[in-house]
This record gives sequence, C-alpha cells and structure tokens, in this order.
Amino acid sequence: MSKLTPVLSANWDEADSFTIAGYKRNGGYTALTKALAMAPDEVIQLVKDSGLRGRGGAGFPTGSKWGFIPQGDNKEHYFVVNADESEPGTCKDTPMMMANPHVLIEGVIIGSYAIRANYAFIYIRGEVTHVVRRVQQAIEDAYAAGLLGKNILGKGFDLELVLHVGAGAYICGEETALLDSLEGFRGQPRLRPPFPAIAGLYAKPTVVNNVESVASVPAIVNKGVAWFTAMGTEKSKGFTLYSLSGHVNNPGQFEAPLGITLRELLEISGGVRSGHKLKFWTPGGSSTPIFTDEHLDVPLDYESVAAAGSMLGTKALQIFDETTCVVRAVLRWTEFYKHESCGKCTPCREGTWWLVQVLKDLEAGRGSEADLDKLLDLCDNIMGRSFCALADGAASPIISSLKYFRQEYLDHLTAGECPFDPMAATLFSSAGVK
Amino acid sequence: MAFTSEQIKVMDSIITRYPRKRSAIMPLLHYVQSIDGYVTNEGIELIGKKLELATAEVTAVSTFYTQYKSKPVGQYHVGICTNTLCAVMGGDMIFDAVKEHLGIENDGVTNDGKVSVEHIECNAACDYAPVVMVNWEFYDNQTVQSVKDLVDGARNGNPPAPTRGPKTLRSWKENSAVLAGISDGLANEGVQAGEPTLLGLKKAKGGA
Repeated sequence: MSKLTPVLSANWDEADSFTIAGYKRNGGYTALTKALAMAPDEVIQLVKDSGLRGRGGAGFPTGSKWGFIPQGDNKEHYFVVNADESEPGTCKDTPMMMANPHVLIEGVIIGSYAIRANYAFIYIRGEVTHVVRRVQQAIEDAYAAGLLGKNILGKGFDLELVLHVGAGAYICGEETALLDSLEGFRGQPRLRPPFPAIAGLYAKPTVVNNVESVASVPAIVNKGVAWFTAMGTEKSKGFTLYSLSGHVNNPGQFEAPLGITLRELLEISGGVRSGHKLKFWTPGGSSTPIFTDEHLDVPLDYESVAAAGSMLGTKALQIFDETTCVVRAVLRWTEFYKHESCGKCTPCREGTWWLVQVLKDLEAGRGSEADLDKLLDLCDNIMGRSFCALADGAASPIISSLKYFRQEYLDHLTAGECPFDPMAATLFSSAGVK
Repeated sequence: MAFTSEQIKVMDSIITRYPRKRSAIMPLLHYVQSIDGYVTNEGIELIGKKLELATAEVTAVSTFYTQYKSKPVGQYHVGICTNTLCAVMGGDMIFDAVKEHLGIENDGVTNDGKVSVEHIECNAACDYAPVVMVNWEFYDNQTVQSVKDLVDGARNGNPPAPTRGPKTLRSWKENSAVLAGISDGLANEGVQAGEPTLLGLKKAKGGA
C-alpha cells in the first residue's frame, strides 16, 4: 500500500482546481468559517498543538511564530507569506499556487485573524508570470466573494491582501531581506534581534511564513490536531510535499508523512533513471549538505536528517547518478551563491567569489591538493560570519562533497581535466529515458 | 518616452495598494518596463517624483534586482536555466546551442529586436528539467532542438505556447504589466498542473 497522503495535492487533478468554484466544491473556505468562530488565541493554540513546523527550510514551529506576536500593543500587525521560492531544487510552492492558490489565501485569512493582522502580503518571486496571474485572480475572486476586505463573512474581521511580485533576487527568500524588499529597498538581510515578530514590516510585529506552511493550516483546522499528529514522527508531525527531480525515471511532487525515506519515494516513483545508479543527492535544496547512497534509509524528518549530518530544508530531493561530476555540480551551486550574495557582509561577498575561483581551477584539473584545504579554510571563514544563512548554504555543498568525494577532486588534478563526459549526464544521451 | 496621463493614473493606483508608498517601488519598476521595455531614466525620475525619493535611491533598488533591465531586451526574452540540476541534465548544452544558433552572447539581443537570451538560476520547476522561460512563462522538458524551434518561432512572430501558461505567449512588455499586478484576464487559460506535479497524487490513487 502506498505511503502517500495527498492533502494539499488531493484535488490538483481536477481541471478547475485553481478556481474558487473548484476549491469550494472540495470543501474550500469551510475551515475559515470554523476559525472565525473561534477566538484568535484558540486558533494559535490549535496550530501550536498540531506541531506544524515551517516548510520553507528552517522547520521552526508555525504556531510559536504566531504566538510571539505581542497582543494588545495598539500596533498594526502584518502577515506575510514567503512565496519567493528560489532555493535550487525547490519546486513545491510554485506548482501549488498554480494548481490551487485559494488554499493559500484561506490560510492567510486564518493566520491573519489569529495574529490580529488587518493587512497581509504574499511576496511571490517575479519569474513565474502565470503563477502571478493565478494568485492575483484568486485574490480578486476572494474579494468578490466577501472572503477578503471589510467584515469577512459578516464576522467583523477586516483584511486587505496584496500580491507583491519580486524581481529576481534569491536573497529575498530570507525573511528579513524579504521585508526590506517589501518596504521598497534593496533586499538585504537585517541583523537580529529584533526578530520580525517584534519589529518586522515597517518595524511592526510581523509573521513571515512559507507558502506550504500557511496552506497546511486550513486542513488542520478542518480535520483537527489528532488527524494531523497521527502522521509523521514524534517531533516532525504531519504531511509534507517532497519534490523529486534529476536523474530519476519519473520526477514530481509526492505528498507523504514526514519520515518517509528516499528509498521508499524512489520505489513509489519508479526509481533512479534506468541503467544508472544513485551517486549523490540533496535532501532539501542546494544549501543542505549532500547525501550519498549510504543515506537511502534516513527518515526524511527534521531530526533524522540533522542527525545524519544534513538538513531537511525544503525537501527538494535532487538526484544525481554516476554520470554526474560532483565538482562541476558544486562549482555551479557555488556560482549561484556568488551571484545571489547581496553584498552586505564581506565574508559572504568576498568569500563566495574566492570559492568560485578555486573551484573553477579544480574542475579544470588545475591547482594542487592544498587547494582542497584552502576551500575548507574559506568555508570556515564565511560560515556563521554573516547576517543571514546564505554563506552557510554556500559552504554546505563544498564541505559535504569533500567529505564524500575527496578522491574525485584529486582525480581532476591527476587527469589535468574533468574526467567526466557532460553529455552522458544529460537527458538527451539515453533513449527511452523521459 | 513620456508617460501619458492614463499611465500616471495607473501608477497612482499601484501606490494606493500599500500602507506606505515606498513599498510600491517594485511594481512601479515592473510597470515602467511594461511601457518602455526596460527601466528608463524617465521611468526612474517619475517613480522618484511619485514616491518622493531621489533618483539615486530608485536606481539603487532597480539595479539590485536582475529582472529590472537597464537596456532593452527582446520582445521575447529567453531565460535558460543553468543552475546545477538543469545544467547537468542538458541546460548547458541548450544554452550554448541557442547562443550559437542566434549568434548572440549571454544578455544579447538579436538584430531584429525579437529575441534576447540570458542564463538564469533555478526557476522552481526542477521536476520539469531542463527548463526554459520566455517572458517568465514555463517551457518545460526542453531539448536543444525544441529551444531552437522556440526561438525561430519567436523571430517569425509565431512562438509556441508555454507548457504551463496561457494559450499564446505574450510579449515581454505585456507580461511586465502582469508582474506590476495589472490583470490581463488570462489566469484561467492553460493547465492547472503538468504531469510531474500530479505524479504523487496519481500514485496515491493507485495509478501506474
């Protein structure tokens, strides 16, 4: 029997799943009615009790975040959705907003009601025009249906929801950079404390939640804490979206309880691409240390992945088979971090630049073994020395690849060039592979 | 180019979306691109005037974000993902082949102004790799040949439709207006999801 548990994705196979009619036909916006009949603090408590943790990478408990907002402070509160999905490998929020933007909007209204915010924003990345259309249309339809605006469902709660479209900056997925960007500045991270719950948007108490976290709330309100906590592991409750990509026969989105393994997901989906074997993979995007075929049975929950030396991150499972040069893969990720470094902190701005220089030489078979230590030394000098975690993310693939594939770096030096044929890794190389 | 009073009214309406007007700077920059095709000096000056900011402050923002262009791009702006996963699976080869096919470099525009090419970072569609975006619409599961056909079609005024998007590909300027939050009424066109998006659901329902 399949271990999969489609909840968010349950109705994506209906052609009108993204419309308000399609959503309502499947019980959409009934959780909102329930939530508005509860006291706001009860809603916060419910989400706390569910154990829902942030699905954007960090895994911080969503209910606690909501509970940090000071109440009775006579200040405006803001609810902000981080829809700036840009972590390499991560591709879950974007198809969700394309297939069902209304579940996100319902979650936004419930969350805003709980933290007593009357203004909410969805900050979506700018490079997904059709998803922008879908979310914008959904917001307009929700206003027309009396689900947004003044006196929602006649319950006396007011909420304005604005879709804010980014313009191509990975760093704006970092919550304080996102807030600076939303205020109309260059998107650069802020020093914390103060945290956004105290001084967020316009220096007012603000919740910033990932799309999937917010979209998970309506189901929890409707089906209850016991239903949610029956799925997952002791400290990682519930269901989540795992995104499988790369050298597999059938890539895609798989909704399962936290704690499923890559081996199980590969069995369900159809395995690593035929005729090849798994070499390395990321459990949660490029910022999470890579795993190898030793880690096929690591339960994909927050604790187990951390115990195995990586992070669950965004559950973006990027699979690479034996045709892939790990040095090339790491170089390309490092170029990404260099390009996306916002430039605010010197260790990150300068360090990622130097990492690229050293890795470029190594990939071309130039340099010496001492350069591997130089890489680790550079990583040591940028990790934990910047305002945000971008530089830590840049170090992850380098340190982990040197841990598992040091010999492959040395093979480049011995050969004086990259020993891999890049054509063999492409999808064009093998007939019969999708 | 001078902005019309109608366009200035639209800009005013964009500003009213926000509790504080400076927050409108990003949609206003998208809007300027929908009129001029890129962020012109006239656009920067007008935004500065509207938001009571120095032109240097507006420029500081526009130059931070890669989607804001300081010079014209093609009517069809092609972004080819060369982040690790797409690159490995064929994106590098597609990028090289398309540059050679069009005779332009990264960030270049064809002489007829129809097509420009840029290598892009991960665009959140890894289960559809290799991915190409045109005017930020999805072209999934691309090959060297399919992208050559795509850019040839674009130059002849007949580009194929996006894989997950509207029935016809809109121009760079038209899509920039959508990013500024101005509806073009096309949200209901196109599929709700592609096959990879639905695979887990299909497997859960017992499908092959």
